[in-house]
Amino acid sequence: MSMRWVVAVLVSLLVAGCSKPQEAPRAGEPAAAALAADAPWAPVRFFADGQPEDLAEWNLLRVAGGRLQLNRGVLPYELNTALFSDYAHKLRTVWMPKGQAANYQPDEEFDFPVGTVFSKTFYYPRGEGKAVLRSYDEGPDLRGGGLQLSQVRLVETRLLLRRDNGWVALPYVWNREQTKAKLMRGGELVSLELVGADGGRETADYAVPDQNQCAGCHGTDMKSKALHPIGPKARHLNRDFAYDDGLQNQIARWTQVGYLKGAPAPQQAPRDANWHDPAAPLEARARAYLDINCGHCHSPKGPGNTSGLWLNAATQEPLRLGRCKLPIAAGHGTGDHRYGVVPGKPDESILIHRMRSDDPSVMMPELGRSVVHEEGVQLIRDWIAAQRGECG
Amino acid sequence: MNQPKLPLRACVLALVLAAAACGPEQAQHTPTAQVAAGDAAFADTFRAKLLDAKPGDVIEVPPGRYSFDRSLTLRVDGVTIRGAGPDKSVLSFKGQKAGAEGLLVNASNFLIENIAIEDSKGDGLKVNEGEHITIRNVRVEWTGGPSTKNGGYGLYPVKTRNVLIENSAAIGASDAGIYVGQSRDVIVRNSRAEFNVAGIEIENTVNADVYDNTATNNTGGILVFNMPALSQQGGAIRVFKNKVFKNNTANFGAKGTPVASVPAGSGVVVNSNDDVEIFDNDISDNATTNIIVSSVYSTGYKDDKASKDFDPYPERINIYGNRLKGGGDSPDGFDLKALKTALYGLSGQLPDVLWDGYANKQRKEGPQICIRDVSGVVNADGPGGYKNPSKDVKPYACELTKLPAIDLKRG
Repeated sequence: MSMRWVVAVLVSLLVAGCSKPQEAPRAGEPAAAALAADAPWAPVRFFADGQPEDLAEWNLLRVAGGRLQLNRGVLPYELNTALFSDYAHKLRTVWMPKGQAANYQPDEEFDFPVGTVFSKTFYYPRGEGKAVLRSYDEGPDLRGGGLQLSQVRLVETRLLLRRDNGWVALPYVWNREQTKAKLMRGGELVSLELVGADGGRETADYAVPDQNQCAGCHGTDMKSKALHPIGPKARHLNRDFAYDDGLQNQIARWTQVGYLKGAPAPQQAPRDANWHDPAAPLEARARAYLDINCGHCHSPKGPGNTSGLWLNAATQEPLRLGRCKLPIAAGHGTGDHRYGVVPGKPDESILIHRMRSDDPSVMMPELGRSVVHEEGVQLIRDWIAAQRGECG
Repeated sequence: MNQPKLPLRACVLALVLAAAACGPEQAQHTPTAQVAAGDAAFADTFRAKLLDAKPGDVIEVPPGRYSFDRSLTLRVDGVTIRGAGPDKSVLSFKGQKAGAEGLLVNASNFLIENIAIEDSKGDGLKVNEGEHITIRNVRVEWTGGPSTKNGGYGLYPVKTRNVLIENSAAIGASDAGIYVGQSRDVIVRNSRAEFNVAGIEIENTVNADVYDNTATNNTGGILVFNMPALSQQGGAIRVFKNKVFKNNTANFGAKGTPVASVPAGSGVVVNSNDDVEIFDNDISDNATTNIIVSSVYSTGYKDDKASKDFDPYPERINIYGNRLKGGGDSPDGFDLKALKTALYGLSGQLPDVLWDGYANKQRKEGPQICIRDVSGVVNADGPGGYKNPSKDVKPYACELTKLPAIDLKRG
């Protein structure tokens, strides 16, 4: 254990919880933005303990040459269908220590080795002035060596790390100058003005979760209380990604770079639909959307199991999926409706009511959004409208 | 039987409409405590203490009102949160912008005491999954009084085991003030529930004692409910030595929730639960009726296919030795008003106990709803569309073995 490491951990422990948002760089401190694109960069550093105060300490991502760069071995990836987070775009990365690989699992998240670091950077394409765009995330544009900072506003980067005793989540928030991201274990609210393609504007109270709230989604097993990654499952990853050297299936790429072993050929692995793909069947798009947005809580083991409503991919029983199901403890979340899903009648379905609410006591998901995902609501409306039958 | 058939409806309806504005007098809520703001920096300190908590920690909340715009979460076992008193240390969520509850706990060996949680957007205190939970001298309140916009549940342990709620208060919840769901081995005592839709609700819970509580000015006082499609069915619940009076607040629950079907003016309600014992309570002046025994069929669950593993019928219900008085004079809802008028006349009142009449016809011994020491029982004939209600009390003359007391083994 190097001395520098010990000092870093001590410092991070001392200052944990004391950080202030939007801290400007101190005078005399070299601004990270001044780094040249080709400045030397030490390899990714895995902290087996502690909570580094500055995202840069991980050597995972850095601001250099006007871009948010990814270090060597930091592999970007996308999901077929992603969680909606106030229209934020997401740059996801995975890194593993040399010689380590995840074991393939067909249905659950892969079995990742100690030392694995996931990062997810939430950002928005910039609009005019301080506004940001309310747009569909087509995937990160990394051409030229990283996200171009003149085009995007970085909000936060969340790390999910596999340590000896399990997964740990650390939320980092980017400063106004977009030069560094500081640990914000207490989370915060970031006010954003979203502008749609039609010029429509709305304000988002974008909530950076506090560290305990990370478990609101990633604590997918209420009994064990352990955190789990949600995205890196075969069905979400099984798609192409535009790598520097061209398009390639992600499962194949992870296998090729040595991050994954035991995976079948991509055609043999499960694959969720892209909810945004009009060519995919409605049922598949809706179930993929519900799985990634709701299934981490609404599953037999998740925190939403108290409701008896399960929306994860494996659930097939219509009642469990909300069909003609009475609410349990929804309070005024029912919106005066009787059933979770009323076949053919989206406007009478509690599911739609809760998706199109932005009231924290009504809306679903409970965390991670402050505005309504209009396109997602439309998809689930279509799905319910296409169902046949009646509730007794 | 010589009861008149119900379809006197036209004239009854006219009377009902005329009397609509003259239901039971509505009590007014006044906020319990006005507490001055404390040190604003403590809100962040408190959040950090929840993040950094280690088993054995005692997190003290000094006197004062502390404001939060986002919910709080605790995930570490063995933590105590302790204020200076429920009218001194207040966690206020007025104006909350994010989070579906005030304080969310996913931990065992959790103790919270001497503190208040006010005006959360959603539930006040939710404890989801955990053992050995103690909630003592805690007040959860929506300070503006009853409103459909208030959060659903005040004190809300769910999927918990070995739970003690005592000396606490829940005021203004738009669903249930004190709600224990899908839990096992529970005591709720010496607590007060006012101006909620349901005062105290025990739902899908096994082994609970509810005693020495006061439930008043709710829509329904104390509810023992079983809902389909959950992790367990409840049973073995004793409700005793409570004061359940004047629960006549108009139902402000959102439709669709189970409690939205509870008629205003309900004292103690047993819905689809088996093995419930109600004794030694003081139950009075609940305008629909003092005690209701019903099936989930009366609360909106009519799809038999959806509830194939679920027993919708209340069975082995033991009601005796309560002190009952008044009530039944102004039942809520058309069917019940019509029922009252048809059976007891315009100036009459429903008897102490109302049973909706749903029973499992396959069960040889019948529903075993055993009722003594009451002014009367009316079987509303729900299955028959309320057409042939009955005042005959003979079916309830039966004996049941008494349920054992709950022992939380806390010494």
